[in-house]
Amino acid sequence: MTYEIIGITVLWLFLYGYLIVASIDFGAGFFSYYAKKTKKDHIINQLISRYLSPVWEVTNVFFVFFFVGIVGFFPDTAFYYGTALLVPGSIAIILLAIRGSFYAFESYGSKQSNVYMFLYGATGLLIPASLSTALTLSEGGFITETNGEITMNYLKLFTSPYSWSVVFLAIVSVLYISATFLTFYASRANDTEALKLVRKYALFWGTPTIIAALTTFIALGQHNQRHYDRMLDLWWVFGLSMGFFMISLGLIYIGKYYGLAFISVMLQFFFAFFGYGASHLPYILDPYITIYENATHQSTGIALIIVFIAGLFLLVPSLILLMKLFLFNADYVKGKK
Amino acid sequence: MLFEDPVLASRFLTLMTLTFHIIYATIGVGVPLFIMIAHWIGIRKKDEHYIIMARRWSRGYMVTVAVGVVTGTIIGLQLSLLWPNFMEIAGQIIALPLFMETFAFFFEAIFLGIYAYTWDRFDDQRKHFLLLIPVAIGGGMSAFFITIVNSFMNTPTGFEMVNGALVHANPVAAMFNPAMPTKVSHVVATAYMTAAFLLASITAFKLLKGSRHVYYKKALYLTMKIGLIFSVASAIIGDFSGKLLAEYQPEKLAAAEWHFETEGEAPLLMYGFLDENQEVRYAIKVPYMLSILAHSNPTAEVIGLNEFEPEETPPLIVHYFFDSMVTIGMFLLVLSLIYWMGIRRHWAFVKSTFFRWLIVLSGPLAFLAMEFGWWLAEVGRQPWILRGIMTVEEAATSSDYVNVMIVLFALLYIVLGVGTVVVLRRIFKNNPIEVELKGNDSP
Repeated sequence: MTYEIIGITVLWLFLYGYLIVASIDFGAGFFSYYAKKTKKDHIINQLISRYLSPVWEVTNVFFVFFFVGIVGFFPDTAFYYGTALLVPGSIAIILLAIRGSFYAFESYGSKQSNVYMFLYGATGLLIPASLSTALTLSEGGFITETNGEITMNYLKLFTSPYSWSVVFLAIVSVLYISATFLTFYASRANDTEALKLVRKYALFWGTPTIIAALTTFIALGQHNQRHYDRMLDLWWVFGLSMGFFMISLGLIYIGKYYGLAFISVMLQFFFAFFGYGASHLPYILDPYITIYENATHQSTGIALIIVFIAGLFLLVPSLILLMKLFLFNADYVKGKK
Repeated sequence: MLFEDPVLASRFLTLMTLTFHIIYATIGVGVPLFIMIAHWIGIRKKDEHYIIMARRWSRGYMVTVAVGVVTGTIIGLQLSLLWPNFMEIAGQIIALPLFMETFAFFFEAIFLGIYAYTWDRFDDQRKHFLLLIPVAIGGGMSAFFITIVNSFMNTPTGFEMVNGALVHANPVAAMFNPAMPTKVSHVVATAYMTAAFLLASITAFKLLKGSRHVYYKKALYLTMKIGLIFSVASAIIGDFSGKLLAEYQPEKLAAAEWHFETEGEAPLLMYGFLDENQEVRYAIKVPYMLSILAHSNPTAEVIGLNEFEPEETPPLIVHYFFDSMVTIGMFLLVLSLIYWMGIRRHWAFVKSTFFRWLIVLSGPLAFLAMEFGWWLAEVGRQPWILRGIMTVEEAATSSDYVNVMIVLFALLYIVLGVGTVVVLRRIFKNNPIEVELKGNDSP
């Protein structure tokens, strides 16, 4: 394996990590707002805040890690995406900033206000929508380069069926991942009332998720034939993803093994995400950036990989400690300590 | 609209973001040390007051860290959004310290979350104390790595440029660039110093407001004493920084000192202003001092600004930043020294209202000095983004929307700034130390 492949795999792994932990967070924001509107907030709010409070900063780091890493391994991404994403990128980080800081203000400072709950809910859907723009751009056709100047065609972006199907997929996936996690967490806490509610959410969001995945696939076929064909070559990966989706939905439906159901959701997205990523290669931005031609110097690339491995030795035990104390500590989840 | 030119607009937006971020970043680096020390003394002396001190500080700290995290994320992304050409070149070489910084940040974030939510879960405070060590180390390491990135921009090393392309990249050599040791140590020492005066300032304010609890006296003495240590350290490292500038960035030192002619026995100019003919007026001249500052030798020659092309010299405004920073630094050093001696020798006036107001002033002043220092370092680097290699004009984005983003981010920072103050007041106003101690006494 070349260092370019290792580099992009590491980065993809971190983006996948962000996809899972951030989805739980973003979806939770929407569900708490929805629960408040339907006067059911007393049922799930404690559950949500007990999980989120200790981990929200860690969620953020997954994101920082990805974008620092991609500029490190593939510096040209800074040039193309940096110029093209000024507006959607800035909006996404402003929303993230509002969400993160308000979240901390509220949970360390005071009671919950209506404005806050609205922002918390709305940003939960708007952030995935704006961040998914980067994935849309990567398929090519929205950015043009003339004489070293990058311009982004916003009209084309906003009228493309592909870009809207990606946005839709991002939002429903967030809600599905979050609902299945909360179902698992509520069952650990033996909180039957919350469990009933979030299980309903999970069952509801399963179907649109899989429909959105299919429409996105079809829209991609019209937008980027090469990528579509490569995805068909990897059909078995997406088949596995589909299989794990059926398992997760089935388990939630029969109301048993919620932990296993959530692991199936994680595997469902793992295969879909890595299938998508693998078929995207060698392009990072079609047709301007490929992982081979635009990678950093070998010396920098190898140094980054060494640091990454050293970092894992530090992070994995720390993350396990964090999960043991908050996620898998029965007393904590139940609200005793 | 404001800033038609994307280069000026990008500069202004970066200035705004960093000026706001470093307030929180400095607290983020500095305050964990104090939480750790208070927690440690509390365990050692079995003094409940210090444990509660650590707890109260950490409660306020969590709020500031949240804003530090989100503004740090903003600047991280803005580097690529506003300076895409710079990141394309420099990303090949400074990716390593940037990457390491995120690891340090990760480490800190994990343990801070655990520390904040486990106050009641350990019967033994010593176990809880252990969680603080990675928080303080992570905070310090973040500052360490990110300052390496900045020092690389000031004294770039570890690569060669051939026809505009970067070759022979050596990321480790780039990290250990000449400016690294002084810059990193100055940033870390002043962060601890600023945090010390911030905490001292809050405590002095409570004493002035009529709180008589012994808790405040312990807190004030502790923070002022540590403040003194780091003021001395910052001053010494500052002197090394001057010598480094003389060698590697003589134009920055010359601009900061309004030193135009290259000469030996160079005097140091303090204060004063420049009139319309660029003549220095009303400055205090300290003979030989600039030669001493630059080369530790009163007769050594110091390179003047006239040696450089006019388009490669930094703006002369940096002189004011330099003077303000040094003046405040010296004032804080003397203030903490007098307080420390006064407490040891029972001088009554260090407990007077007047002196306490000076201590209240010390916190905001320390933050001002830190801002002045960064403006000096960054504006003094103009017109370069990578000194001697790439100018800011070549580095900036070509996008036309930067000025709109300035408005959006300005609004965001106002909301976050006001939010911090409101929330911190709410946390502490209804829960003064007297109430918290009473609550702790009852079983």
